[in-house]
Amino acid sequence: MSKHYSALALARHALDPDLPWPRAWEKPTPKSSYDVVIVGGGGHGLATAYYLAKNHGITNVAVIERNYIGSGNVGRNTTLIRSNYMMGGNTAFFEHSLKLWEGLSHDLNFNCMVSQRGQIVLAVSPVQMDVFARRGNIMRLNGIDAELLDPGEVRKLLPYLDWSKDARWPIHGAIMQPRAGTVRHDAVAWGYARAASALGVHIIENCEVTGFVIDDGKVSGVETSQGRINAGKVGIAVAGHTSHVAKMAGLRLPIESHILQAFVTEPIKPIVDHVVSWGAELFYLSQSDKGGLVFGAHIDGFNTYTQRGQFNRIQTVAECAVSLMPFISRLRLLRHWGGIQDMTPDGSPFICRTEVKNLYLNGGWCYQGFKATPASGWTFSHTIANDQEHELVRDFGLDRFEKGRELDEFGLGNWTYKQ
Amino acid sequence: MMIPCPYCGDRDVSEFRYGGDATKQRPQHGTGDLKTWHDYYFLFDNPKGPHTEYWQHVLGCRRWFKLARNTATNEIGGVVS
Repeated sequence: MSKHYSALALARHALDPDLPWPRAWEKPTPKSSYDVVIVGGGGHGLATAYYLAKNHGITNVAVIERNYIGSGNVGRNTTLIRSNYMMGGNTAFFEHSLKLWEGLSHDLNFNCMVSQRGQIVLAVSPVQMDVFARRGNIMRLNGIDAELLDPGEVRKLLPYLDWSKDARWPIHGAIMQPRAGTVRHDAVAWGYARAASALGVHIIENCEVTGFVIDDGKVSGVETSQGRINAGKVGIAVAGHTSHVAKMAGLRLPIESHILQAFVTEPIKPIVDHVVSWGAELFYLSQSDKGGLVFGAHIDGFNTYTQRGQFNRIQTVAECAVSLMPFISRLRLLRHWGGIQDMTPDGSPFICRTEVKNLYLNGGWCYQGFKATPASGWTFSHTIANDQEHELVRDFGLDRFEKGRELDEFGLGNWTYKQ
Repeated sequence: MMIPCPYCGDRDVSEFRYGGDATKQRPQHGTGDLKTWHDYYFLFDNPKGPHTEYWQHVLGCRRWFKLARNTATNEIGGVVS
């Protein structure tokens, strides 16, 4: 029985079919007490537990998940990674995340299938090219890769787009981040779970947190469907349901829960080699290893906790796809699904302490939760271990609105997604 | 999802614009400290369950109204007067 995944282990198991592969992560019975309890076994919660053990030597940790590992948003996104941000509080954080993605498979000893195929964002007007040039310059000043492409260069990379004279949205160029790409999202959940478990973290599935034990403004444990679990510190990482869970601790937050849909077509032969985003509408696509085109788009636009999307969004996405690539008009959508995400006033997340002592918050990820997973775990574990925010998340506080320090990446003002 | 506009009747959600939590009470002008206004503008109950909210029939009669909807199921409870 081999615990380390390697070519040798694969060969050994292939030669001896009776040799069982060990469980990827243990299924322990919950203890009555832990140093740290993480509420939520999604990508962020598991990454937090892993880095608590690896970076801070805190291994007496439990991750409590209401459902099974991989059942939530970590398995419901469009698997994109990128760091093309330009606001001061965002650039370093998301670039740190991308750097962690680049070494993640080796770090976790789990093939996360990190594919840095590059993201190309298409400009549909000369003005948009100016905006992209500004963004690209800011990225490069921060040491992040960015390239401005003229229409000829874009056409060489993406010959399958609508380049005809009567295209509804003629392409004026693009900005590209070559190091951006995709990651197999299930592997991220499984890889972090397995690596955290190997360091002694307890991963407790099918156990719902039903309340917090709070005395004199200080948290000392959680109530769960399997009884009370005491904890020195508690971290909440349940984005999508943050308001719902934080309410049990008496917190009222600047968050609304919204549904974001994703779509995949029937499989076709390889054609889309990059992640392609469109400047005319919030729409982007990539091609999965199975051949399906994966489409991402805008949220449905009203708060809901149901993971069922509305039909009008399907229609918009189909219109975007066909406008960009007319030749796929007869392709059929195979599946579409919805994930619930925390939307915040300025579109930026929270990683911070809360008004309850020893209770820490990780949430408000809006559209950008998946790509942030490694850096989120890295900085949230630091924040919990030191009772002090990591320097990369100093602008992700709950108090930024009353202090006038909103982190508005697109410069559009509050609640723009509702307009 | 079909939304019951009080003037036009049941229409598809794509004709409407969502206007947010309708149970919030706007503080009177000239009253309240910064925290009062911060909490009014930025904080939400965001319940998983019954919710009363504003909608506007923006691609129809353009009327604003209050609607009861369950955010856990999208079940419509009807127009709230």
